[in-house]
Amino acid sequence: MRLPRVQLPDFVGAAGAVWQRTPTWGKWVIGLAVLVVAVLAPADSVGRIMAPASDWKSILFFPIAVYILLAVGLNIVVGQAGLLDLGYVAFFAIGGYSMALLGVDQHWSFWAILPAGIAAAAVAGVVLGAPTLRLRGDYLAIVTLGFGEIIRVTANNLTFTGGPRGIAGIPHPPSVGHVKALQYGVLDPKPYYYLTLAAIILVVFVVRRLENSRVGRAWVAIREDEDAAQLMGVPTFKFKLWAFAMGAAIGGMAGVVWASKVISITPDNFQFILSVLVLSAVVLGGSGNLPGVILGGFLVAWLPERFRGFASHRDLIFGGALVALMIFRPEGILPSRRRRAEMEEGQAGLGTLGAADVTAEASP
Amino acid sequence: MDHLVHQFWSSTIDGLTVGSIYALVALGYTLVYGVLKLINFAHSEIFMIGTFAALFTLHGLNVTGPQTGLALVGVLLLCLAAAMAASSGAAVILERVAYRPLRKRGASRLAALISAIGASFFLREVFGIRYGRDLIAFPRVMAKSSLFRIGDGNVRNDKLLVVVAALVLMVVLDRFVARTRLGRGIRATAQDPETAVLMGVNIDRVVLLTFLLGGAAAGAAATMFGVFFEVTQNIIGFVLGIKAFTAAVLGGIGNLRGALLGGLTLGLIENYGASIWGSQWKDVIAFTVLVGVLLLRPTGLLGEALTRERA
Repeated sequence: MRLPRVQLPDFVGAAGAVWQRTPTWGKWVIGLAVLVVAVLAPADSVGRIMAPASDWKSILFFPIAVYILLAVGLNIVVGQAGLLDLGYVAFFAIGGYSMALLGVDQHWSFWAILPAGIAAAAVAGVVLGAPTLRLRGDYLAIVTLGFGEIIRVTANNLTFTGGPRGIAGIPHPPSVGHVKALQYGVLDPKPYYYLTLAAIILVVFVVRRLENSRVGRAWVAIREDEDAAQLMGVPTFKFKLWAFAMGAAIGGMAGVVWASKVISITPDNFQFILSVLVLSAVVLGGSGNLPGVILGGFLVAWLPERFRGFASHRDLIFGGALVALMIFRPEGILPSRRRRAEMEEGQAGLGTLGAADVTAEASP
Repeated sequence: MDHLVHQFWSSTIDGLTVGSIYALVALGYTLVYGVLKLINFAHSEIFMIGTFAALFTLHGLNVTGPQTGLALVGVLLLCLAAAMAASSGAAVILERVAYRPLRKRGASRLAALISAIGASFFLREVFGIRYGRDLIAFPRVMAKSSLFRIGDGNVRNDKLLVVVAALVLMVVLDRFVARTRLGRGIRATAQDPETAVLMGVNIDRVVLLTFLLGGAAAGAAATMFGVFFEVTQNIIGFVLGIKAFTAAVLGGIGNLRGALLGGLTLGLIENYGASIWGSQWKDVIAFTVLVGVLLLRPTGLLGEALTRERA
């Protein structure tokens, strides 16, 4: 029995067609409009509509902005290079613990820790990636999952990370001048939101440039067919490692920024569920497509807050949604054009890695 | 190291006991991987469902204290039957709902893995919402007493039962796959699905059978787990599942006897490691073994039965 493809009214396709026809200056205008909306988002009037039941400014920073940053980072690994990483939370944790350890014990300033945390996460990405990226796709998934758990359990067991009680008294970033939006204190989440927003914009800019560069094309080639890419002379291992390190660095950045707000962190902040939520954000939005991934991050973070009633069923709904999504719309809400074409050919997903399943074609 | 020397035999006995449970769960991963090349991520939840089935059977039978003699045998067999039925039923439903639609469309294996993760969360949460998220205690079914001693270790009756039952089940399963017609179908599909179809093997039935057998083994493991650890929880399968997968990889995924060897080896490594560094490092040791095996010898101890589709 063949499942019917669900024929939703194709708003996405229509919007995509409009987007295609829009001239470059028009795209800049739209981008600018999105930016204005993002800057004005912490307003109370927006909060009353978007999250009447919770503190809108807080959730705008965490989870919404942080999830979007994480999703953009994981998208490099999963969406661009087609490597399934189930332990992404490990890099978030490394960033968070960098902020906590260097800030509390060494009294470093936030702006010194930020590059250090990013570097630490990137190094961890290379250390994990160098031996494991030679593995098959689904093995890689399990190894990264194991790595995520190793980081969490280790933080839980060591004394200098504070064990299960974690680290408290993490400093905030230094305030800048007398601008209200840049006073980093305990109560007002707005400055932290703007900080994360700046990080997202920077990262999106860098990723966009990368996507259209030789590196980005190499990633796509690896995702589509690693053997063919290798034969064409793409140094696949090197580029996979690059993707891993880039993704890890962004995860670390998110960890540092997040930890600079929360004052105390514990190993329980870095559960496996966070990796899954970010992964589902990437897949839900449209893996490989930046606007889609940002939308996915926003939805995964925002929906449970908006509908507080089902917050306790969040994981249940995500689990079911992931299955349904893979069955009915594996390309996500806003797929990239290329991925949509792949899907219609019926032989793709997150990189086929070992060719389409023979049993599927062969079964009567 | 002193601890390791002092506790060598007790660590060995514990390692073999836990290792037998890993081995039974590992069978499910190995069977499904052999046929579909898919890591059945939701297999840990199949195991969890088995523990709950065993627990409810005990509640249903009104067992509150240790049983003896025939009553004990009867209770254990009923638990085993219920857990095996529940787990294999759940595994079959899982295959139909979460995997078959993807299989029919020829989706990528990673799409199937994500679907499996989704199914895993879904099942875990169903039980979490229905039965709470705390540890649930099993009533003690059998009085635990030492049968004899080896060195510094006591061989307890429940540990011996777990090891023996696991070994018997593994042998039965191994014979089934090696000797029967259905087993031949499984082996043929694992070797070459296209040719198997041409030779008249019904792939859907083989896949169904694979999930059924894997689920039954997980159900048996769940009963052993209930007798030995006497607790369950909605997330009980998560860490155990990863370890069982590690065991399958360690022994050579796709290889049934490898699952046994891998399970026992992992159980031993973990317990020896715990006696050196402390039991809080158990999980880290197991995951490090996983990473290490995949790096140094990705085909496992006995060699992967299937080596095609290497990336």
